[in-house]
Amino acid sequence: MLSPITIISFLVSICLIIGGIWVGNNVNLLPAVASTNAPIYDELFKVLFAIGTILFIGMSGLVIFSLIKFRRKPGDVDDGESIEGNLSLEILWTAIPAIVVLFVGLYSYDIYDRMGGMESLGSHNNHSHHINEERRIWGGIGSSNSIESPLNASSTPLTVDLSAMQFAFIFHYPEGDIISGELHVPVDKPIALTMESKDVIHAFWVPEFRLKQDVIPGQPTILNFTPTKVGRFPIICAELCGPYHGGMRATVVVEKEEDYQQWYKQNAKQVDLEV
Amino acid sequence: MTTTTPLEKDSSPSSEEKKSDTEHSDHRMFGLVTFLVADGMTFAGFFAAYLTFKAVNPLLPDAIYELELPLPTLNTILLLVSSATFHRAGKALQNKDSNLCQKWLLVTAALGLAFLTSQMIEYFTLPFGLTDNLFASTFYALTGFHGLHVTLGSILILIVWWQARSPKGSLSHDNSFLLEAAELYWHFVDGIWVVLFIILYLL
Amino acid sequence: MTLSFPPSEKKPLEGLQPKGWLRYLSFSLDHKVIGLQYLICGFIFYLIGGALAGAIRIELTSPLSDFLERDVYNQVLTLHGTIMIFLWIVPVVNGAFGNYLIPFYVGARDMAFPRLNAVAFWLIPPAGLMLITSYFINGAAQSGWTAYPPLSITTPAAGQIIWILSVLLLGGSSIFGGINFIATILKLRRPGLKLMQLPMYCWAMLGTSILVVLSTPVLAGTLILLSFDIVAHTGFFNPELGGNVIVYQHLFWFYSHPAVYIMVLPAFGLVSEILPVHCRKPLFGYITMVYSIMGIVVLGLVVWAHHMFTSGTPPWMRLFFTIATAFIAVPTGIKFFNWVATLWGGKISLNSAILFSCGFIINFVLGGITGVALAQVPFDIHVHDTYFVVAHFHYIVYGGSVFVIFSSIYHWFPKFTGKLLNENLGRFHFLITFIGFNLCFAPQHWLGLNGMPRRVAEYDPQFTFVNQLSSIGALLMALSTLPFLWNVLQSLLKGPKSGDNPWKALTPEWLTSSPPPVENWLGEAPLVTEPYGYGKKKKIVLAIKSEKEDKENI
Ligand code: HEA
Ligand code: HEA
Ligand code: CUA
Ligand SMILES: [Cu+2]
Repeated sequence: MLSPITIISFLVSICLIIGGIWVGNNVNLLPAVASTNAPIYDELFKVLFAIGTILFIGMSGLVIFSLIKFRRKPGDVDDGESIEGNLSLEILWTAIPAIVVLFVGLYSYDIYDRMGGMESLGSHNNHSHHINEERRIWGGIGSSNSIESPLNASSTPLTVDLSAMQFAFIFHYPEGDIISGELHVPVDKPIALTMESKDVIHAFWVPEFRLKQDVIPGQPTILNFTPTKVGRFPIICAELCGPYHGGMRATVVVEKEEDYQQWYKQNAKQVDLEV
Repeated sequence: MTTTTPLEKDSSPSSEEKKSDTEHSDHRMFGLVTFLVADGMTFAGFFAAYLTFKAVNPLLPDAIYELELPLPTLNTILLLVSSATFHRAGKALQNKDSNLCQKWLLVTAALGLAFLTSQMIEYFTLPFGLTDNLFASTFYALTGFHGLHVTLGSILILIVWWQARSPKGSLSHDNSFLLEAAELYWHFVDGIWVVLFIILYLL
Repeated sequence: MTLSFPPSEKKPLEGLQPKGWLRYLSFSLDHKVIGLQYLICGFIFYLIGGALAGAIRIELTSPLSDFLERDVYNQVLTLHGTIMIFLWIVPVVNGAFGNYLIPFYVGARDMAFPRLNAVAFWLIPPAGLMLITSYFINGAAQSGWTAYPPLSITTPAAGQIIWILSVLLLGGSSIFGGINFIATILKLRRPGLKLMQLPMYCWAMLGTSILVVLSTPVLAGTLILLSFDIVAHTGFFNPELGGNVIVYQHLFWFYSHPAVYIMVLPAFGLVSEILPVHCRKPLFGYITMVYSIMGIVVLGLVVWAHHMFTSGTPPWMRLFFTIATAFIAVPTGIKFFNWVATLWGGKISLNSAILFSCGFIINFVLGGITGVALAQVPFDIHVHDTYFVVAHFHYIVYGGSVFVIFSSIYHWFPKFTGKLLNENLGRFHFLITFIGFNLCFAPQHWLGLNGMPRRVAEYDPQFTFVNQLSSIGALLMALSTLPFLWNVLQSLLKGPKSGDNPWKALTPEWLTSSPPPVENWLGEAPLVTEPYGYGKKKKIVLAIKSEKEDKENI
């Protein structure tokens, strides 16, 4: 009943799938993990990478194999067999991608939800008092209330204002009235970044956080994240904003709570300390 | 007019050669309809932009103007009537009454020009200018783009009229493509106006 | 029934048309001449766009902005993107092959509207020249091919306005072409020929033209509004005046996402013509291929916001566009599996045409897979506007469309000229292109994932080595153009005669002489109901017929 062809293709498929999963799990193409968001992202990446590898190797393998196996022998002038289609095959290769795509879609929905992307912004950002209530607030991904990090759920996020302009990011800490070109944040504490652009569209991107959000003129936008790793990471402007777009960078400094407090004290306005 | 062959009709190869050469006026009509679909999409884009602006970027209360309705309503009537008169012109041509056809064409063109005049009057009496605010800009962009269509249509009608007038012109009861095309275009421009009127003035 | 013969559609003025190569500089109404005009004009723009890409890659060999001024770099990348899309891929996969092949495939003597056709072509060279000269006047547009406001409103106005004008002209050309294709395919079919008997390229062009007609006008409208913002200081997209920049993005992508299928659906069609001929097998799954084209058309119209996942779109919108986008993989996948099934069990001639087609399949699958990954909101949030995206779309536009264009040139060159190309040189061309291409763009995936944004002239020094690899790949691609050009030149001058039907193909364009006579067939157009009838017992009448016509033709 089982022809050798079936057995061979079955074995090949198994090898392919195992190989793909191995590649997905063992080949790391991503930078360091430095926020609660990042491990969730990497999980999705692994799955997509495995599926992608299987599909790509499988398809190219089929093509190259056919080219070699079915190449025309010299002197052979006949046509191939006149096969015009095969309904069950068609159904098979409509169904398989449909299932894969559906799975990937639902899975990434789940990932997105765990990142906090589906949360309505109003819920835990009511304290962003400095935003004109009448204007719409737009949201990015990366709520601090992510399921992954229960430790954050209780603590209120630290609010920082970001204003982007050609060609710099300026951070403002409303509590201490600090203005800074570097973003200093304590590790493991949720941050709510309130972003607005002074001129054209910019984008706030920290590759190690796996987070990006456009900073749009006329649309205050909130981005939530929780850094989990002490270090200095680049903040990159990812939206073409003019000649110096490539030079529009800043640094996020993730520090231990004590270090952060020290920095804060050093820079906070005197007025604040007296109060 | 030639008849349209159903898309998948099998006809014997002998009669086909001639037919494929003679269906051209039909193709032109088909081409025009396709073009109007494209043109309609331009308007659709404008409408979508307008509606989104309205939903997402509400104006401050002091920037909102009540649009006066009488003039635009008159405009709507003018255009709707002109559609009817154009139809009359077409009917007249079919009945080989070239004189009547010309008269109706002139009436249609006059109505089109009346529309444009009244639109101009509205423009000059409006309390806002092109760059005053988002609503004003969109208002002028939409009505202006439509007005451009009406202008083009009026010119077309006059061309048709000219062709119908001169005995050697390319318009006769059995060669009425020009008139039909202009008529279709005109109805299209009217239809757009009605949508525009509803969206811009009534909503 | 009265038979009227409108004066405007009389015979294409044979006597008045110049002969010889001058035809290609004239306002010719012959669809074959127009097709080749598109092809040659497009190829010239490809060389220019490629030279600009070369400038980009040279700049990126070092992490500093040293080779080009910063704003010049932005102008170069804007011109590169615009030229490659609007003056190379779109006109060639649609205009060139569409005009050349569609009338043959439907059994007509010309397109439905030859004059409109010529007008559509002649809009292109002035638009392209305008675009390029803007660089020398006051600096070209420098806000990317997407021209997002407010950047496009605040950069120097002259270049941006010229950019808008030329894109409007090119859009107009594209719409006229689309109308012409729809009318030709639906209305000019030789009686007796059913829709379901048409070669697949007709379906691809029908789908593409529907997309063109529905989406290009929206781009035109948007750019008109943008130009108002620049010239008349209205505030549609200017937040300072109360405008909304996101609306521009929606309108722009409503066109520009379908535009990517405008660039690739015709390529799909061309591959479907080439594979069966050189595999000597019928196209596998004709009917599902047709449905999948139409599926791509419908889905393609409702996925645009996947370019805007970081623009602050509401969550429900992100979700909808994720699912819709990912589902395009299903109809597209059907096409790919069908092609592989066409290869399977065939008698494949490993010539340049088939190599480029198979190279296309491999590259496109990779580009498609990264596309499906990009469609996932959480994934896209990290890699949006990075080199990962650059890699994704070059895998598709270059690895896909450009590979198919080369494949098609190898396949139809004998038809165009009656001469054969040198196959060994062609295979060499393929090899260098394939290696150079993958070397150039595969590393860019890594760059994007690790933090290199796109559209930058300066970057983090840690990316230097990988960028240099990529630039070497680009150099190989540039060099690979040489054997190709040499091959074409040699063949035109002293290539061996190909005969009318060197591939023994069954599609209608091969059933006449090569190159074909002015009105395509000396006698009646043949009725080809089985364009892919390879391996059938009853051989289709072809050899005899084409020989007869050969004698009558010069
Ligand atoms: C011809 C051009 C072309 C084509 C055909 C495509 C096809 C696709 N594209 Fe691509 N895309 C571009 C050109 C193109 N793209 C360009 C130019 C940009 C950048 C614009 C800019 O910002 O400048 C872009 C950007 C772009 C983005 C935005 C990225 C960003 O800026 O953040 C996204 C996101 O969803 C995307 C997705 C897709 C998808 C899902 C497909 C799908 O159609 C692919 C479907 C194909 C396959 C999947 C392969 C074959 C299928 C199988 C073998 C079946 C099995 C597969 C599965 C089950 C997965 N593309
Ligand atoms: C649609 C088709 C298309 C094609 C075919 C290509 C082809 C190439 N592209 Fe392009 N590219 C785009 C469309 C395309 N691109 C788009 C839409 C963008 C986005 C723009 C934007 O961000 O707005 C882009 C952006 C883009 C970037 C990113 C720039 C940035 O973000 O900073 C890069 C970088 O490597 C690049 C490289 C290349 C290379 C090396 C080729 C090579 O394949 C080119 C190979 C060809 C040649 C090298 C020509 C060979 C000939 C000569 C060299 C001789 C020249 C002679 C004379 C002129 C007489 N492209
Ligand atoms: Cu700011 Cu790019
Ligand atoms: Cu897209």
